[in-house]
Amino acid sequence: MRSKNPLRFIYATPYAAWLLLFVLAPIAVIVYYSFFDLSGHLTLANYRNFFTSIYFKLTISSFWYAFLITFFALLISYPTAYFLTKTRHKQLWLLLIIIPSWINLLLKTYAFIGLMGVYGPINALLEAVGIGSQQILFTDFSFVFVSVYIFIPFMILPIFNSLDKINPTLLDASKDLGANAWVTFKRVIWPMTTDGVKSGIQVVFIPALSLFMITRLIAGNKVITLGTAIEQQFLVTQNWGMGSTIAVFLIIFMFLIMVLTSGKKGGIIK
Amino acid sequence: MKKLGILPRIYLAAVFVILYAPIFYLIYYSFNSGDGMSHFESFTLDHYQAVFQDTRLLIIVLNTVIIALLSALLSTTIGVIGALTIYFMKNKSARQAVLSLNNILIVSPDVIIGASFLILFTLVGVKLGFASVLISHIAFSIPIVVIMVLPKLLEMSTTLIDAARDLGASRKDILTRVILPYIKPGIFAGFFLALTYSLDDFAVTFFVTGNGFSTLSVEIYSMARTGITLTINALSGLIFLITIILVLGYYIIGNKAKSPQGVKK
Repeated sequence: MRSKNPLRFIYATPYAAWLLLFVLAPIAVIVYYSFFDLSGHLTLANYRNFFTSIYFKLTISSFWYAFLITFFALLISYPTAYFLTKTRHKQLWLLLIIIPSWINLLLKTYAFIGLMGVYGPINALLEAVGIGSQQILFTDFSFVFVSVYIFIPFMILPIFNSLDKINPTLLDASKDLGANAWVTFKRVIWPMTTDGVKSGIQVVFIPALSLFMITRLIAGNKVITLGTAIEQQFLVTQNWGMGSTIAVFLIIFMFLIMVLTSGKKGGIIK
Repeated sequence: MKKLGILPRIYLAAVFVILYAPIFYLIYYSFNSGDGMSHFESFTLDHYQAVFQDTRLLIIVLNTVIIALLSALLSTTIGVIGALTIYFMKNKSARQAVLSLNNILIVSPDVIIGASFLILFTLVGVKLGFASVLISHIAFSIPIVVIMVLPKLLEMSTTLIDAARDLGASRKDILTRVILPYIKPGIFAGFFLALTYSLDDFAVTFFVTGNGFSTLSVEIYSMARTGITLTINALSGLIFLITIILVLGYYIIGNKAKSPQGVKK
């Protein structure tokens, strides 16, 4: 049936070229560069370096922060997406959720520098309720909070879409068969939205592993992630070899996470 | 439709307040005659005036918008072709393989995309600047468009295409009069998402931009490390206003286009 393709082979060329030039070639050059040292000699020193305790600690803490960020983003986004599908003008509300992500990331981050600052409104509020002003900026809390804030719209979107696709008669059927709200959620709604949740986790966890702008502006260089390390090697020390080596490991982690979160991806294609 | 209970309403309201608080905070202080974001002295429009007098800043804004529009347009075109290519692939495992390759850039961290593109551009000899930034933005937006369009294609019944063919439609007709209208919502969604990604991108641009070329994100980053002026606040106020107008306009047009025909849902 699909054999009579209205697109002739030649139309596929731009897409195929993109796959080759911007998906396969970049991975190849990263792997290639990871075997060279600063003076251009073929070496395995970069890999030896990566297995020292510094980079090991870095990797662990990077994963821990990414986990926290993803966890809180999911915790907040799922109910939000669920309630959104129940509103009258749900597409408009969804748009309103997306609008903040159109406002430049850097502007929002900058706003938090002001909001969380010593003289900012959050501290003024804490002062007013008697807790007293705290050092909020440049802590783990501020880093995780701002990151979660940035990622929420990207987590809500796929979950909203998968919730929106659920046929409401299924919920009625579940109710008619005697399931209470919790059982309906656990046995009907949640299983049907796991694909949305998985893609939400994908779009949050992996970028969270490699944040570097927020670590610099909000965490004040206290939090170092794999992303920060790569940026440092590429743009500050100009050691592309070491930077590429860290990138190779980040790519490996990325593939592992992709495999873990897309177990049933074949389900998309009938 | 059931109405939302009181707790869900409060929850949603809280999420919206937190989502918008930083933005309104920036806008609020854009009217401040003082020189910081900690206490409000008196109302002024000086900073808005300053935005329109700062040619350098305006050029950077223009760069950002041009890059976003061009990259969204081109990536949507290539992405739709890509989705169709994947849809019409006969070999199931090949299709799965292409789809996995497609998703690599979506899940790739920005720093990796930035770093690898930087090596690539240096190797090929592309001058870092407008061209490298535009190419990068197109490249990382294409898979997003594919992902938005493909589900629409898959949900389309193949009998539609058969029916069109039986009725004598040519290949071109099938594409332009059956498939494209059907997947239009996916195409629009892809375009807007590509626009969003481009406007929002900082990391990739930061890697592949040269000395002479800057987008808003990169500019604000370098300013944030030295100390920002309230001009940036005024600018974010303007950006917010334009975004709201665009979104509402899009929503109203979308609704108007739907209602008279009574599109089936």
